[in-house]
Amino acid sequence: MAVIGGGPGGLAAAVAARERGAERVLVIERAEELGGILQQCIHNGFGLEALGRDLPGPAYAQHFVNRAHETGVQTLLDTMVLEITPQRRIYATNSRQGVIELCAGAVVFGMGCRERTRGALAIPGTRPAGVFTAGTAQRLVNIEGYMPGRRFVILGSGDIGMIMARRLTLEGARVERVLEIMPYLSGLKRNWVQCLQDFHIPLQLSRTVLEIRGTQRVEAVVSVAVDDRMLPIAGTEETIPCDTLLLSVGLIPENELSRRVGIALDPLTAGPIVDEGMGTSVPGFYAAGNVVHVYDLVDWVTLAGEVAGRSAADYIAGRVRPAVHRLRTCAGENVRYVVPQWLDPESLALGAQQLQLRVRRPVEEKVKVVVTADGVEIAHKTERYVRPGEMVTVKLAPELCESLRSAQELQVSVLKP
Amino acid sequence: MNIPYDVIVIGGGVVGCLTARALSRYQLRVLLLERGADVCSGTSKANTAIIHAGYDAKPGSLKARLNVAGNRMYAQLCEELGVLSERHGTYVVAMADEELRTLEELRERGKQNGVPGLSIISGSRMLQAEPLLNPQARAALYAETGGIVDPFMMTIAAAENAVTNGVTVMLETEVTDLERQDGRISGVRTDSGVFSSRFVVNACGVYADTIMAQAGLTGFRIKPRKGEYYVFDREKSRVRQVLFPCPTPVSKGIVVTPTSHGNTLIGPNAEDTESRDDIVVTKQGLDEVFSGAQRLVPSLDKRDVIAVFAGLRAAGSSGDFWIDAPAEAPGLVNVAGIESPGFTAAPAIAEYVVDLLRECGLPLVPNRAFNPERKPAPHFSELSHTQQQELIAKDPRYGRIVCRCEMVTEGEIVAAIHAPVPALTYDALKRRTRLGAGRCQGGFDTPRVINILARELQVAATAVTKRGFGSELVRRKTKDIGTGGMGE
Repeated sequence: MAVIGGGPGGLAAAVAARERGAERVLVIERAEELGGILQQCIHNGFGLEALGRDLPGPAYAQHFVNRAHETGVQTLLDTMVLEITPQRRIYATNSRQGVIELCAGAVVFGMGCRERTRGALAIPGTRPAGVFTAGTAQRLVNIEGYMPGRRFVILGSGDIGMIMARRLTLEGARVERVLEIMPYLSGLKRNWVQCLQDFHIPLQLSRTVLEIRGTQRVEAVVSVAVDDRMLPIAGTEETIPCDTLLLSVGLIPENELSRRVGIALDPLTAGPIVDEGMGTSVPGFYAAGNVVHVYDLVDWVTLAGEVAGRSAADYIAGRVRPAVHRLRTCAGENVRYVVPQWLDPESLALGAQQLQLRVRRPVEEKVKVVVTADGVEIAHKTERYVRPGEMVTVKLAPELCESLRSAQELQVSVLKP
Repeated sequence: MNIPYDVIVIGGGVVGCLTARALSRYQLRVLLLERGADVCSGTSKANTAIIHAGYDAKPGSLKARLNVAGNRMYAQLCEELGVLSERHGTYVVAMADEELRTLEELRERGKQNGVPGLSIISGSRMLQAEPLLNPQARAALYAETGGIVDPFMMTIAAAENAVTNGVTVMLETEVTDLERQDGRISGVRTDSGVFSSRFVVNACGVYADTIMAQAGLTGFRIKPRKGEYYVFDREKSRVRQVLFPCPTPVSKGIVVTPTSHGNTLIGPNAEDTESRDDIVVTKQGLDEVFSGAQRLVPSLDKRDVIAVFAGLRAAGSSGDFWIDAPAEAPGLVNVAGIESPGFTAAPAIAEYVVDLLRECGLPLVPNRAFNPERKPAPHFSELSHTQQQELIAKDPRYGRIVCRCEMVTEGEIVAAIHAPVPALTYDALKRRTRLGAGRCQGGFDTPRVINILARELQVAATAVTKRGFGSELVRRKTKDIGTGGMGE
């Protein structure tokens, strides 16, 4: 089995595959060490769900790096995958061995996600130095040891942006504002409290950047309030002097390799369409973690990676039978997307399954999460609130196996009671 | 103090660089001065990158003549300099019956200008050539000599080839005034000293009239006209053909075109501006570009945009190119008003300038050592796996990918930093290697490239810039709060 990417998803898949009996498991990682983006996430808050401990990112990563070594997972570091064929022939390169050709019995994608950029938002203004994505700034500060600026404005209330607001403040910089175009937070509420409120960094909702100013280096940004259609409201402009604009405006699953293999992608998640075992549309290809859809907690990435790794090990061992009948899952009221997109009802015979979803709009009161099969309610749960920044899960019990054998479609809705 | 040059060319755009190269065919001491941190820092880097056939310009104009002549030179030039170009023709699309006459007029004008290979094709044939085109297309003017070029590498390659053939290039050197002696222009004053020469070629783009004013010439003015653009992710949107709408009196209209690297590019609008450095992208401008382009290709999706930018056309008050050796300022040759089709015309403009210099008395003795060929640096992503293996065997740095989207290796970056015209900044590397030009727009490579530039140029990381002094990418080391902590 070959795992593309040694972040938390890929590592979890590799360890789980070894534990499931896959003999030769190789993780190919483009960085010089395993752990992925966790290595630059030096704040704590990792592992509460998966390990029952509160760890900083590198410590959480190390836990799985150790597990990988203990279970005999092989690794190729500082190595970039160039191409994968649908027959699972992999071409990769590094400076020690040159171009390497490998053949895998199963492939697990663990490429993670990338950040949306200024270009993708088409922010008007000049194009000076001093515009970075929050993750790039995080690497500069936490790994390379450089401060990208002195006075910051952060666009977007994504988690990395809020965490960087705190980090930069601790390093002696001034963070003038965090601006969020939506009327609600896009990251986790705990980050708002711990990273912004505790450091007196103002969060301004329903505001965005209208223009970037400065010729060589950013000199100011102009912020503006937006209406409910997210259009700028004239007269609400504010010029904020700063030398750096950080963007924390969303993450996009990194699926260029998957696309070139011909794997079907879901336009809503930007990740592969997967079944309950994290299998993609092309046999022998599995997907682990943020490459499927962007999770808010790394713990979920680990758990999803384990599912992918076990499925891939089963595929190699010939234990996977193609599904005779599959249900399509789909998004109902106030649901943006549901993962997995396909569900084999027979999988319920082996244990409960979980649907993961994100809501479109926040609801700060009790809501009912309802699953229907061809229009008939089969499961529900209550949540105290739902927010777009926080993933919602709903369990399908094994007893549902029988009744779902004849169903076609599962729909999930989030309803006010 | 310094030995006089034969010719100083001011301006490292495509015209200046090709002129310097054209002059390097002769036994001349040539100096090229560029105020930016890299050649190709102005209009040449922000345009539509189309090789125009030549049916647009008014018959008899310099634009018409040099466009058609330049077009003929492109194939050989790209071959010699190792620059990407494609010659699959260009199309002007008529979306309504009343536009059919415009196509006829353009074809007629093209004939007068001496453009070969113009034909009017049906809407259905047009749709076959470009399936993404709006199905309402009625007909199109097909110009088979049209094409696209990599504008960065054309300019950079010309400069590199000039350097290889003996030209001196000085970057970050701004001309502040002209020097005069015995009634002649005898050199230039710059922020790095005075350089004397027999002739000065003014190829300053939007600043051409500033130099002309320094020579006491006031009959011509630059009226900068801004154009804005979108670039799309090549994995998502991919038009195959160069598509023009029917032109209006002020502009060729919003074009939808592939770039030589396979991205879809749309733009430009046309907005007169007072400022010579107004490359500010505006919301109104972008909206105009997007809706204009959607008339041609309705499926364009803003979610696939990876970058927006603006450029300035160095449009002149005469409406035509202004290329002369004025009697009032002997020793000076002006190359001004080089707006579209300037990029196409540039090779012919360079020859025209050489002819002017000859007429002015510059002796042109052929340089026997002149080598017209420039071997392009290898691009790892374009090689077969076997070729990649050979390259890595020679230099292991070609095995390390630094930019993941465009698959650019450390070997390519280091080679560009030490090339004949060195890439000293992040943007200079971007234009040569395409690092950071993909969908993540440098998010992944920037920290790595800062380290490589610092190492290769033997400077601190805090001295590494995006595009020259003042555009430093990082401010200070962490923990080092003594050098500027809580803002200013």
